[in-house]
Amino acid sequence: MSAIITLSLLAILVLYLGLFKARRALLPVSLLGLVATVVLYGVQWGKTAEPLYSGMVLFDHFAVVFSVVCVILTILVLLLSKDYFDKSSPHVAEYYALLLFSLTGAVLVVSFHNLAMLFIGIEIMSVALYILAGIRKKDFASNEAALKYFLMGAYSTGFLLFGIALLYGASGSFDLAAIKEYVVSNPQGISPLFYAGILLLIVSLAFKLGAAPFHFWTPDVYDGSPILITIFMATVVKTAAIAGFLRLFYFCFIPLQDFWVPVLLVMTIITLFVGNLTAIVQQSVKRMLAYSSISHAGYLLFAIVAIGATSANSVLFYVTAYSLSTIIGFGSLILVKRATGSEHFEAFNGLAKKNPYLSLAIAIAMLSLAGIPLTAGFVGKFMMFSGVLADYQVLLVVLAVINAAMGIFYYFRVIVAMYFKPLDRDAIVVSGPYRVVFFLAALITLLLGVYPAWLTGLI
Amino acid sequence: MITLTHFLIVGACLFSIGLYAVMARRNAIMVLVGIELMINAAVLNLVAFGRYDSEHYGGQAFALFAIVLAAASVAVALAIILNVYRHYKTINPEDINHLKD
Repeated sequence: MSAIITLSLLAILVLYLGLFKARRALLPVSLLGLVATVVLYGVQWGKTAEPLYSGMVLFDHFAVVFSVVCVILTILVLLLSKDYFDKSSPHVAEYYALLLFSLTGAVLVVSFHNLAMLFIGIEIMSVALYILAGIRKKDFASNEAALKYFLMGAYSTGFLLFGIALLYGASGSFDLAAIKEYVVSNPQGISPLFYAGILLLIVSLAFKLGAAPFHFWTPDVYDGSPILITIFMATVVKTAAIAGFLRLFYFCFIPLQDFWVPVLLVMTIITLFVGNLTAIVQQSVKRMLAYSSISHAGYLLFAIVAIGATSANSVLFYVTAYSLSTIIGFGSLILVKRATGSEHFEAFNGLAKKNPYLSLAIAIAMLSLAGIPLTAGFVGKFMMFSGVLADYQVLLVVLAVINAAMGIFYYFRVIVAMYFKPLDRDAIVVSGPYRVVFFLAALITLLLGVYPAWLTGLI
Repeated sequence: MITLTHFLIVGACLFSIGLYAVMARRNAIMVLVGIELMINAAVLNLVAFGRYDSEHYGGQAFALFAIVLAAASVAVALAIILNVYRHYKTINPEDINHLKD
């Protein structure tokens, strides 16, 4: 709990720093606060978790691990943001504060023990992001992204709230333990309201996760927002959404598996095909990564289709692998766009000759996203597929392997452009923080690919 | 006698009207009104169900949170719509489509 308080106070402190024009202090203070949050979580590790504040939040291992992942991803995003927003706006403090508020919401979403906290967490996370998507006030694309994100986000909030109301009507409580008690104690007499509530919750969480058929906002919003905000949305928000999704379904709805698994199964298959087929035809790397994030949402849903004791571990591993590679992918796009002014595949032509280390990091990220062995992405996919196989969903695995093959095609276009398409170009200047982030992300990707046990035993 | 069922029916109707307003997408303000209708339908349901929970009053407390958060997101929404209008000179979501494949 102290971690959530630290995060909220930190965001307010950052706003005050902005008020007193202490621009140089913004980044160090934010980073220090985030590191302190990680430490506070570390102190909590291993103690028996009790629901706090009349059962509002529960910091079990699941919550702590996913919160720490969210905080660390935010640290990486903040490191990349040095100098990024100074150019576009004089109000940098708001940018940092909003990111921190959004992170607070994400942390609530992964540690809720009461549907009220799920709702409040999702709202805090999203409302801050609506503003962040449109933070370039003079940019057409940014404005459009903010509007589209808001309309779709608020729409899904309506579904979430109605679903929660129906669950409450059927079970008489918002508390996860009480809802589980209701499901377990009368397996025959569950009210139809409850089933409708589950369906509405699936719709709204699929919106947040960007899973088909509720994915249509994703490419436009990811494309229009400033790239750093896109990184935040594609990593932290996705992590929080899938973790909250899993937490809710794992806690409460497992006895009703026969009802909702077929629904999710169909959604997963549609998501995989929509994401991959449209990613193949893209010309812009930013849109390609946006569509590929849809297909990764599909792979993440595997864990919920084959829900069980190992689901949390596979989601943790997959989401870490995916987020690290995404940070490298979009982060390098910032540099390339700054140098060439273009986001197309051609902008990467001949990069390997002038920037060998940057190209190596990008190549590792693309290999990991494609799921090539010796990278974290491979282990993540392996864990997802084996979880589903243990559940005898052979057809799903066959379709997923076809999709993974399609993925290799478009991820390799970037690598081919960098290494095999010669072009005379100037070397891109990679500043210190970018080097640190790329190095760390690539290193962890490789290490996790070789020693997956470091992460799998945590939950 | 007005029973729980009546409240649920009104709630479902409000939700469907809101859903239609969002789907029709004529005007960003109308979409916003639709979203508000959906949220308020849920709030109505929460309060109606809350009558049977006289121990904790969970439904009523949740309704308060929902109202406050809906108001907060509407404030953000109006700012975004205003800014979009300054650039595009329209708030019809169909016409705001520079971003596409």
